[in-house]
Amino acid sequence: MSSLLRPEPGLLFWMLFSFGITVFLLVKFGFPMILKAVEKRKNYIEESLLAARKAHGELAGIRETGEALLAGARREQADMLKEASLKRDMLIESARGEARLEAEKMIASARRQISAEKEEALRSIRNEAAVLSLALAERILRGKLGSEEEQAKLIGRLFDEMDASKP
Amino acid sequence: MKRAMKRALCIPAVLLLMTFPACVPASAAAEEEALDVKEFIAEHIGDSYEWSVVSDGDRHIAVPLPVILYSKATGWHLFSSSRLHHGTASCDGFEIAREGKYKGRIVETDAEGNLSRPLDLSLTKNAASLLFASLLTVLTVLGVARLLKRDPMRVRKGFAGMIEMLVVSIADGVIKPSIGKDYRRYTPYLLTVFFFIFANNLLGLIPVFPGGANVTGNIAVTLVLAVATFLTVNLTGTREYYREILWPDVPLWLKVPFPLMPLVEIVGMFTKPFALMIRLFANMMAGHSIVLGLTMLIFITAGMGMAINASMTLVSVIFTVFIDLLEFLIAYIQAYVFTLLSAIYIGLAREEPRDGRGKVRESGQAA
Repeated sequence: MSSLLRPEPGLLFWMLFSFGITVFLLVKFGFPMILKAVEKRKNYIEESLLAARKAHGELAGIRETGEALLAGARREQADMLKEASLKRDMLIESARGEARLEAEKMIASARRQISAEKEEALRSIRNEAAVLSLALAERILRGKLGSEEEQAKLIGRLFDEMDASKP
Repeated sequence: MKRAMKRALCIPAVLLLMTFPACVPASAAAEEEALDVKEFIAEHIGDSYEWSVVSDGDRHIAVPLPVILYSKATGWHLFSSSRLHHGTASCDGFEIAREGKYKGRIVETDAEGNLSRPLDLSLTKNAASLLFASLLTVLTVLGVARLLKRDPMRVRKGFAGMIEMLVVSIADGVIKPSIGKDYRRYTPYLLTVFFFIFANNLLGLIPVFPGGANVTGNIAVTLVLAVATFLTVNLTGTREYYREILWPDVPLWLKVPFPLMPLVEIVGMFTKPFALMIRLFANMMAGHSIVLGLTMLIFITAGMGMAINASMTLVSVIFTVFIDLLEFLIAYIQAYVFTLLSAIYIGLAREEPRDGRGKVRESGQAA
């Protein structure tokens, strides 16, 4: 059994030879490539996970800002609507006031015109009536004051009347 | 695992098949064979100049291997081992010694009849198995490396995936935590050691031709592996590592008049790889011996009657299956342990000066 514990030089040589070549080949071309590939894949997976997480976060951020924008827009819209209705009311109010003023002005001017025309009409009627009454009075007087006596009587009476009316 | 089970189940099947033709002449030569058990096991776990496939009595089927010799008297010789006729013939004055100091090895008889051992670089069974296992390892790893290099982003399935898983588990689970900072520098070498030992262990478990050699159970093989670890550890050791050996942190009287602790540390430099060498050698040799011994149970009991032989055959097959499964586990464990301990020794030699030294010391002692 002691021969088992004695290394054979021949086998030592072959072991050195085969182990040496194996180590050379695998250390140079074998394991570094495998480890590099595995490392590469690991990094790729890690990066992808990170990118996915980042994209997820970004998406959430985008959604948030979108919502915020939407809310802002909605608020603005409400504000604008309120403002618009206010403005409309004001406009209507002012238009109404103006219209009323205008109408009043128009009515006033119409009234004025009417009254002026009425006055005019009255004046002309009066004039007419005065002319007519003068003519009438002339006719009546011509008829009544045919005699001189009567004329004198009338003149006298007229003087009296005038004196009486004169205080 | 399923495949491994299948392979393990094949072994007793092959053994059973081999049993039947052997049974017939066994009764006649029973006593003679029973005495040969020890010899038989020693022969099978040792090395040989040819790769025996089947042998039955005087009939041998073996793969001849080249014999390469250098004799001081006659120079270089190269011939096929078949010319030695399984150790029964001599060729060019060389023959295989039957007994004595050089039993089983080729010896040279000079003119005065003195036996001497020439420089023997023959490609023996173990050497051929080594080359075969190295070739398999190199082809496997380079093949997987090429596959991965071509498309690193694809996750591999099947055999390449298994190899990749093994590589990653050893690199990240064993080498990285054991060495620490500089692990990248040593990872390819340690992975090579792991796969080299694992391939040889597995090949040794296959009982038929391209396997079955007791390679990692041979001291020459484990010696080279241990020396490689020793050189890696001590040639890349830091100043701190050598300071700890020559001037360790112990009370002064342990190192000043008589350098007790430095001596212990220097002995430790050699015992660590020595333990590596013996551990792998003894484990693999013992495994082979147990399997062979259990198989021999069939042949030992061949002359003891039908009932005993049949029942012992059953026992032998059951035990052999069990031990083969165990050996499959041990093939992995021993490769793992050799890599782990080498990595730990390298990690110890990469020590940097620091305050909390206790932690590193502990891991070294656990090994």
